[in-house]
Amino acid sequence: MSTPFAEAFATFAANGGGKPDWLAPVRQRAFARFAEVGIPTTRDEEWRFTPVAPLSEHPFAPVSAAARPLAAAELAPFIFGHAEWPMLVFVDGRYRAELSVRPDLAAGVTLGSVADAVARDHPLVREHLGRHAGPEATPFTALNLAFVRDGALLHVPAGVTLPQPVHALFVSTGDTTDAAAHPRNLVVVDAGARASFIESYVTLAPGARYLTNTVTEMVLGPQAWMEHSRIQRESESAFHLGFTQVDQARDSHYRSFTLAMGGAIARHNLHVQMNDSNVESLLYGLYLGHGTQLVDNHTAIFHDHPNCNSWEVYKGILDDRSRAVFNGKVFVKPEAQTTDAKQTNRTLLLSDGARVDTKPQLEIFADDVKCTHGATVGQLDELPLFYARSRGIPVDAARTLLTWAFAAEVIDEVAVAPVREELGRLVHSRLTKGS
Amino acid sequence: MLEIKELRAGVEGTEILRGIDLTVRPGEVHAVMGPNGSGKSTLAQVLAGHPAYEVTGGSITFLGEDLLEMEPEERARAGIFLAFQYPVEIPGVTNAYFLRAAYNELRKARGEEEIDPIDFIDLLEEKLKIVKWEPEIMQRAVNAGFSGGEKKRNEILQMAVLEPKLAVLDETDSGLDIDALRIVADGVNALRREDRSVILVTHYQRLLNYIVPDHVHVLAGGRIVRSGGKELALELEARGYEWITGAVEAVA
Repeated sequence: MSTPFAEAFATFAANGGGKPDWLAPVRQRAFARFAEVGIPTTRDEEWRFTPVAPLSEHPFAPVSAAARPLAAAELAPFIFGHAEWPMLVFVDGRYRAELSVRPDLAAGVTLGSVADAVARDHPLVREHLGRHAGPEATPFTALNLAFVRDGALLHVPAGVTLPQPVHALFVSTGDTTDAAAHPRNLVVVDAGARASFIESYVTLAPGARYLTNTVTEMVLGPQAWMEHSRIQRESESAFHLGFTQVDQARDSHYRSFTLAMGGAIARHNLHVQMNDSNVESLLYGLYLGHGTQLVDNHTAIFHDHPNCNSWEVYKGILDDRSRAVFNGKVFVKPEAQTTDAKQTNRTLLLSDGARVDTKPQLEIFADDVKCTHGATVGQLDELPLFYARSRGIPVDAARTLLTWAFAAEVIDEVAVAPVREELGRLVHSRLTKGS
Repeated sequence: MLEIKELRAGVEGTEILRGIDLTVRPGEVHAVMGPNGSGKSTLAQVLAGHPAYEVTGGSITFLGEDLLEMEPEERARAGIFLAFQYPVEIPGVTNAYFLRAAYNELRKARGEEEIDPIDFIDLLEEKLKIVKWEPEIMQRAVNAGFSGGEKKRNEILQMAVLEPKLAVLDETDSGLDIDALRIVADGVNALRREDRSVILVTHYQRLLNYIVPDHVHVLAGGRIVRSGGKELALELEARGYEWITGAVEAVA
């Protein structure tokens, strides 16, 4: 059997993927790495419950033809917040300036596409691209780097507060069968700067089969503040693979919210690296499954330095025969004294056929730490159900209300109000639509 | 309004109520008192239709309908309200949202349109005065992180908004300090009407200083062992439950 993606890579390399000169060998090495490790099987512990072997059965390749024009109305369902929010739109993996919104931002702020930055040889790209989530992280970060061409680029210089969130919207059209997009986003927030960054993965063709294999590299300087929201609502026949690497400097604050509700098979790795002391990281997640969807969240928090806090709550709601995987790693190095780490994973099963595999994985080598984890799997509690019914709310509506409440409890943690409201709207409409 | 006949009920195979007879007419306030384990909370839960309790005999008729045939939500829509002894926390749903959802269900049951959200805010403002609360409380999640007293006040607020025909207060006085007790009692009194009846389930006479009942019943061993006027409560307070429960044993 030939190496999966080899043909696509050859075409890509011949088709503009060989530029610029410095990047071509990076891609080559990344592809060599991917070819060496291959698509993981379920014998690999990291992929035990998530069968991605079917990826080799389809000729997933980047779309080479110029994409058709899109009307703004087609994007309307995916846009929220305020019209003047900066927004970068990517269609089938390529930046589309005519659909994007780039208002004047504070002096020194860089916002644009990675492709542009590469073409202009922007120093940020050479300094950071592929440096934080390299080819060794997973087979798919290697594959992503091999095909790297575009993505969102945001740089907030020291001391600057971005008043509005930046929305990076990734749209799959489904126009080309087995299209693959490998966006790589780069977000750099310098010392004392504050920003909010939203990634959305959406589709115009809810039944289309395609591959999104995305990577986000996020670098937070000392005392930086970042709220990072990730909304994944791909086609329910699509594969979604995502990897987010967050590198945090001293006194920085990172808060993340990930909503995963699309894809046939969806996997997201969120790795947070604490590179100095007094770092705070809040990781919230919500995953919704129905039909035969599989949604997998792997998180890893590296407490390498003293006096850092991490707080993690992931919740899931699974219906029909959907499945979920949660793996939460917390590594506490011997020198990381007075670490405070708490992890919670709760999954609500709405049907007998739904299932979750949850695995907390705490490896603690320091002695003066507070580290806890808890995982629950179950159905709605009877008592709140009776309480709601005793107020006149019919049993089905009461179930929906309490299911919504279960989700809302994490959504409420999102700091930026319009983002919180949009997440609430998406989840509420999914839950009230039934499965 | 409410007619309970020979009611027998229990939980997980253990019989707790062993033949209750009770008639409540419109506008009346009945106090159901009794020592711990006498079955008074079971009676309250059975009236509201708690699924964990199994009715094994007897009947309950509410406004001419067979109450035992009705689901909990149908009972609420028919006009029954249970103020819980332990109000349930629902993190993630605001008090305002929950109460409006309930209110709209009752309206739907009466064939009315859902209330306009702005009108509901006005309605809430009126009702909040009854429990002496500021509107901010409505943006907190239902009972989540509420103190014991706040939870009980919230029950009274819900009752004020939902305007039941029969309110059953299950030990609403337990755990309240004197100020909270007064607010709760004033709230109940404000809602007293000719066509609205109240059943107060309580261990202590204290609440009855503020909400004066028309009838007092003493429950022991799953039966009503004595009924009387409001003076019965005072006598109980003075002499203790042994006075009655002891007497029952002597008769038996």
